[in-house]
Amino acid sequence: MKYLDEFRDGQLARGLAARICQETDSTRHYALMEFCGGHTHAICRYGIEDLLPGNVRLIHGPGCPVCVLPSGRLQAAIDLAEQERVILCGYGDLLRVPGARGDTLLKAKARGADVRMVYSVDDALDAACTHPNQQVVFFAIGFETTTPPTAVAIQQARRERLGNFSVYCNHVLTPPALRALLAAPLPSPPRRQGVAQIKGQIDGFIGPAHVSTIIGSQPYEFVATDYQRPLVIAGFEPLDVLQAILMLIRQINANEAHVDNEYTRAVSPEGNRKAQRLMDEVFTIRSSFEWRGLGELPGSALAIRPAFADWDAERRFTIPEIPAIDHKACVCAEVLRGITRPEECKVFATACTPDHPLGACMVSAEGACAAHYHYGRFRQAAAS
Amino acid sequence: MSPRRDVFPHRLDLQHGCVELSHGGGGRAMAQLIEELFLAAFDNAWLRAQDDGARLMVPPGRLTMATDSHVVSPLFFPGGDIGCLSVHGTINDVAMAGARPLYLAATFILEEGFPLADLKRIVDSMAHAARHAGVPIVTGDTKVVERGKGDGVFITTTGVGLIPEGVEIAARQAQPGDAILLSGSLGDHGMAVMAQRENLRFDASIESDTAALHELVAAMVAAVPGIHCLRDPTRGGLGCALNEIAQQAGVGMQLREAAIPVHEPVRALCEFLGLDPLYVANEGKLLAICPAEFADTLLAVMHGHSLGREAAIIGEVVADPHCFVEMATVFGGRRLVDWLSGEQLPRIC
Amino acid sequence: MCLAIPAQVIEMKDNEHAVVDMGGVRKQISTALLDEIAVGDYVIVHVGYALNRLDPDEAEETLRLFAELAATTEAL
Repeated sequence: MKYLDEFRDGQLARGLAARICQETDSTRHYALMEFCGGHTHAICRYGIEDLLPGNVRLIHGPGCPVCVLPSGRLQAAIDLAEQERVILCGYGDLLRVPGARGDTLLKAKARGADVRMVYSVDDALDAACTHPNQQVVFFAIGFETTTPPTAVAIQQARRERLGNFSVYCNHVLTPPALRALLAAPLPSPPRRQGVAQIKGQIDGFIGPAHVSTIIGSQPYEFVATDYQRPLVIAGFEPLDVLQAILMLIRQINANEAHVDNEYTRAVSPEGNRKAQRLMDEVFTIRSSFEWRGLGELPGSALAIRPAFADWDAERRFTIPEIPAIDHKACVCAEVLRGITRPEECKVFATACTPDHPLGACMVSAEGACAAHYHYGRFRQAAAS
Repeated sequence: MSPRRDVFPHRLDLQHGCVELSHGGGGRAMAQLIEELFLAAFDNAWLRAQDDGARLMVPPGRLTMATDSHVVSPLFFPGGDIGCLSVHGTINDVAMAGARPLYLAATFILEEGFPLADLKRIVDSMAHAARHAGVPIVTGDTKVVERGKGDGVFITTTGVGLIPEGVEIAARQAQPGDAILLSGSLGDHGMAVMAQRENLRFDASIESDTAALHELVAAMVAAVPGIHCLRDPTRGGLGCALNEIAQQAGVGMQLREAAIPVHEPVRALCEFLGLDPLYVANEGKLLAICPAEFADTLLAVMHGHSLGREAAIIGEVVADPHCFVEMATVFGGRRLVDWLSGEQLPRIC
Repeated sequence: MCLAIPAQVIEMKDNEHAVVDMGGVRKQISTALLDEIAVGDYVIVHVGYALNRLDPDEAEETLRLFAELAATTEAL
């Protein structure tokens, strides 16, 4: 597969990994966060950490839109499907995630709700055309990668005067989440300086691949200028990730902090201007939005503009706010910031598993805890 | 079998007719359906005797019996259909004990309104598969449910087979040091079916690998009677099959991703949908676990058979109290091949 | 988040749709997010939409860099 296989080459990997080993300073630790859940997935699925020296640690960030979706909003979608008897269309990722009352879209489907998995928002539009007498609601989730397609679909619905189509918008934004991670105070002062790694400190970021094809590299500048951390945008393939790690290590060694781009084949500084314009036409920024595991973040999510109110499910239907409190043993807030590793959580792999997730990090395959559970938990067993 | 005009003056309209409730009612309508559709296709001495249950000669020795229900949707997919799938599936279950399949039974639950033309296509496909495999369908049953209470047709097949003397093939036999072999490429069946799903609309030239494996198995067992374990990785794929074996035998496994064959269109469609080929269903492949000293012999035998041309040694069994199935990735790192709880779903993240 | 794959445009359907091919699998996708797509271009596809063009020159350059790093590391 062109432009995929070449970037998974094991031999080149050995070379890059050796170079990383050579260039790391053995007297210090490097804590690097990959923000994007897709990178978490690639790191775990290919076992990239096995190729890194012991003083380079990867922290799995919160860039997983399914994980950070508040369970109350998911429950609201389930209720919408059952009570309003709409055709609820959503991506496959959402179907097994438990809502606030432990229910799932799949269970609601089993009870008779019309829940349909789609590959694209266009399939939801098609459902609206095919069933003109039924309401079709598209459950929209995702970061800036997934938002432009929703914008295009809403504009198309307006052009075609599709009166039975609406969108339940849960799109979220990457830069505010990065800012929240950087601005959060560390939980406790470090006991030792120098060699000891300061828990919760993030030395650098591996920036998202496909969010960046849309927003470009410019929106990340604040990471370097305001917080003096380097950020390197990395492609999705494992060689991309290794290369980005090398670029970060070089910056850290040189005490530099700037935004760099490894994924030059798909990301430009300004991004996709047309997609940005379309997003701006259809969406406005919510003043605040709750992120599961991170709390309320200002300016971090999108709502549909009044001009497109007729296609906004939150205006068409009464969607109550459903409170949801995570389990008291859940420490996802710490895991998402790199303060706690998944395996250090008391309920990891016992009470909290992908089948019975208690918190955000276990809820989707690319959440930090789920990815570790699914691909990496054999390492702890070997060590014990 | 010539139509009996005195009992059934009007032939079934196999082109335009539909299944009706009376076809499951136990009366003349059902008898006609059985005679003109099922017996006509499966035609053999046992069915011609028209006894309620077949009278069978069974050679002395140990028997194995397996049964499987088939609810696949869509009913027709590239490379096969629910009919041949149901025949191959049960033949393969029997073969995984190292046994020679002897007889099959087939039961049908039909939905009222199901087109007879489709049913005939399915039944003809079963007949062809059974004849090609040399395993007769000797008895069966038919029921009809009201419209809306079935998915067109559900088929259950049951098979019996004879286990050769001295052959002890079971999951618990797998031992540390054993080699793990796979007979061919992964994911063809599951992705062929997935590509046809209404909401997905991908154009992929992927065909189901559905096939009867008993002759391949016979050749393997003849060459290496000391095979420890055979398993066909159907639903849940290779990942779940190996985890089951590991748990049953109390062992771990180490696999090599680079050794596992996956055809490019299958890989590509998995990439589009975010699916892992290790967990995708196969219907014409098997896993074999044997003592290491016989691995090369077994591999050569598999390569010599049309259903084993792409066979490969993909790993080994190790001692592991946690019974983990681990894999060395193509990239040089390691990962767990976890035991998934349910089926994979396409993802966007 | 954002599972996206590189695929080649093999047919233009209309202003806003094209058929892409990746590894022998073909899919009709929307090109509404891009201007001026041509047959033969590679695009990044996510949820049935082309997000951006993939620059083959940059791709080759990146691979060349990997190879060079690997080679010079061995030499050291």
